[in-house]
Amino acid sequence: MYEHDVIVVGAGGAGLRAAIEAHEEGADVALVTKLHPVRSHTGAAEGGINAALHEKDSWDLHAYDTMKGSDYLGDAPAIDAFAKEARHEVIQLEHWGMPFSREEDGTVSQRPFGGLSYPRTTYAGAETGHHLLHTMYEQVVKRGIEVYDEWFVTRLAVTNEPNPADRTCHGCVAYEIATGEVSGFYARQGVILATGGTGQAFDHTTNAIACTGDGQAMAYRAGAPMEDMEFVQFHPTTLPSTGVLISEGVRGEGGILYNDNEERLMFEYGYANNSGELASRDVVSRAELTEVNEGRGIEDEYVHLDMRHLGEERIIDRLENILHLAEDFEGVDGLDEPMPVKPGQHYQMGGTEVDEYGHSCVDGLYAVGECACYSLHGANRLGGNALPELLVFGARAGRHAAGAVEEEPEIPTGPGAKSDDWDEESPAELGAVDASDPVAADGGAVATPQEVLEQAVETERERVETLMERDGINHADVRAKVQKTMTENVNVFREESNLKQALKDIREAREEYQNVAVADPSRTYNTDLVHTIETRNVIDVAESIALGALARKEFRGAHWRKQYQERRDDEYLKHTLYAWNGGNPELYYKPVILEGHEKKYEPKIRSY
Amino acid sequence: MSTKIEEKPETETEADEQTSPGEQRRELKRERAAEREQQIQEELSEAEKTVGIKVFRFDPEVADKEEPRFDSFTVPFFRGMSVLDALVYARDTYDSSLTFRHSCRQAVCGSDALFINGRQRLACKTQVSDLESPIRIEPLPHQDVVKDLVVDMEHFYEQMHAVEPYFDPDELPDGELEEQRQTPENREKVKLSTRCIWCGACMSSCNIAAGDNEYLGPAAINKAYRFAMDEREGDDRKQERLRIVEQEHGVWRCQTQFSCTEVCPKDIPLTEHIQELKREAIKSNLKFW
Repeated sequence: MYEHDVIVVGAGGAGLRAAIEAHEEGADVALVTKLHPVRSHTGAAEGGINAALHEKDSWDLHAYDTMKGSDYLGDAPAIDAFAKEARHEVIQLEHWGMPFSREEDGTVSQRPFGGLSYPRTTYAGAETGHHLLHTMYEQVVKRGIEVYDEWFVTRLAVTNEPNPADRTCHGCVAYEIATGEVSGFYARQGVILATGGTGQAFDHTTNAIACTGDGQAMAYRAGAPMEDMEFVQFHPTTLPSTGVLISEGVRGEGGILYNDNEERLMFEYGYANNSGELASRDVVSRAELTEVNEGRGIEDEYVHLDMRHLGEERIIDRLENILHLAEDFEGVDGLDEPMPVKPGQHYQMGGTEVDEYGHSCVDGLYAVGECACYSLHGANRLGGNALPELLVFGARAGRHAAGAVEEEPEIPTGPGAKSDDWDEESPAELGAVDASDPVAADGGAVATPQEVLEQAVETERERVETLMERDGINHADVRAKVQKTMTENVNVFREESNLKQALKDIREAREEYQNVAVADPSRTYNTDLVHTIETRNVIDVAESIALGALARKEFRGAHWRKQYQERRDDEYLKHTLYAWNGGNPELYYKPVILEGHEKKYEPKIRSY
Repeated sequence: MSTKIEEKPETETEADEQTSPGEQRRELKRERAAEREQQIQEELSEAEKTVGIKVFRFDPEVADKEEPRFDSFTVPFFRGMSVLDALVYARDTYDSSLTFRHSCRQAVCGSDALFINGRQRLACKTQVSDLESPIRIEPLPHQDVVKDLVVDMEHFYEQMHAVEPYFDPDELPDGELEEQRQTPENREKVKLSTRCIWCGACMSSCNIAAGDNEYLGPAAINKAYRFAMDEREGDDRKQERLRIVEQEHGVWRCQTQFSCTEVCPKDIPLTEHIQELKREAIKSNLKFW
């Protein structure tokens, strides 16, 4: 067994930032990651980091843009804290040596980005995430913070009181990939989940193969609900053949979108008469797919993103990485020809329900970064807001877990926050196939912390043995089935019949998953086992996305419903929660908080 | 008014010839559809193509894999297929125990540096169509093999950590929200060095590293360069950094064979950076070997 004050699961940007802050506050902290920190998908972020640094800009403009971008599904306490603290975080990152792009006077450059009222996106070429990830890993090395790399956390050690809000998290269980050892990690003060996104629930995604929703699914099974999972961002500019991301920075610098008739579609068809290409991502993604659906797409699949007019010098200076990506992954020379682009799954706005310190309803269990939902992004995340998010909330959760926060949170979590129930029937059965299965239960035992952890370790050893020893089907087929139905049925445009179909397919996948087995008999570096366990997480997050989407009968932000073409503030100014509930999942709602300390946000029509 | 008059006869003329703008557009569409059809046909014949891969296999604890061997797989080819795509297909379709590291699929996580047809390359950014088939895929040379294509990266990480790879300025600006200044020229100077993704291709290609296990290696020296050349750090720190890289197993070991530079998937001029640090060390009157 390993023991630390604070255990951070996942070592991308959010995890590294949380670990650094907990360490600064004097905690003995360890990072546990199924990859190595520098392999994390934060490294693929391209565009930039928003912060109101300029004297003509202000944090409350940034907050306002974020709230508008969220289509009024953000919570004011999270948004205000975010916009205020992002400035300090960006400067601190610079003090840690981040190689930002610079102005002639040596100050950090800022460029325009979609949905922003001021050019406040700081960046390092078109590889901002790579530099952020490496800069912060360097700071982890400097501080001598312990890193358990290639250890896959599979379960949280949580007590099993009936009400999740009464439970406590005492650690987690991890599988060492190199050796096959299953061990307990005892956390004296807290476990911070920072496991990233859920892109592997879809088959056309900018996400890494490792983005399988592990944290969301683990926390969900331990009693912390998933929130607003139906809000999935489809990035408007991904390469058609691979889903590789072409940064919003291209449009920020002046790149133009054309349809098959060589018309500047954003203006020609009135999708965003003011902001054009720099409208919010959900708006641009729908515009592109509408073009394709109405016969103006190229090869009936994509549109063109042209940056040639920016000139070679500017492109090389600010967007060089884009040239390499277009060349290597689509065979297109962005200096000579427009780049083909189409929408692809990019970001999960929802995640584990937490307050503005990243704390879930389970005591000692935190979530930060993409796997968390403090309701910052609401129904749609603005470009350039994910990296400052992981800095601000990584730091907040690290500080809280180290015991250095006095303030009470304003965002309520857990069953006590419920305002109303979803009163319809699901078209397919949900949750555990066999609720008596020990892995279907919430939490562990009500006992001493060590016993809770030991029992969790025992359960995981049993799970690994079962998967290794029995004969069965390959998980890859089950995962592919989920990805296919999600991409076909729970995409940018959503219809009731499709959403119902997806839930049925996901149920089938869950039943098939009962028969998966690991064919590789080895205890050494068994990726077959790792991927098989991940696939169950993929099923859990896919179910929450599809059900949340079916239940929400309105059009808000990234969530578009064919039958419901209006945002319905009277009915749906509320967050969707999806709780595991001992294997019999429950969907319910809680209100949005639009009242901040300084101001109250009034929902307005969102146009760009 | 006049434009209207001018336009009208034009339209009429076109209408007479039965090629209205709408008709022209439809004609263009038909042409493009025909082109597309042809393309689809070509793709169909491509789909019948297959590609062969020969993959190194080894597992210390599985009876028939204790002795290293090569397994051959035949996978269907598609346009744009990378070596990583071929490996994933083989694993998910034929043998789920086929083991390799991979994550981002876009040449930034650095997980999948492999020895492909006799050269260190990232599997995700190497196109199958650029290689002779069957494609021979092996783990990175000069590193201990853990299993199949997975090598032990621990030594590589130790060397990276040995150069004190973190920014360490003498002083910071006083203002709470004030950044350090860095000229665009200086940022340009360190830019290429900051692109390293820690894939280990350079270290694996280096003859010196193969013979001298203590040699810092191109990636770690490049990391040292990244900080030594950053004007935001002070002169004293630069001197300390130079002392680290000019030790016995540092920059002077490099024999400028350029193999690291040739294989670097991020096109970092590694050999140049090593040479520049040698010159800096001499300029600083540091002992050289």
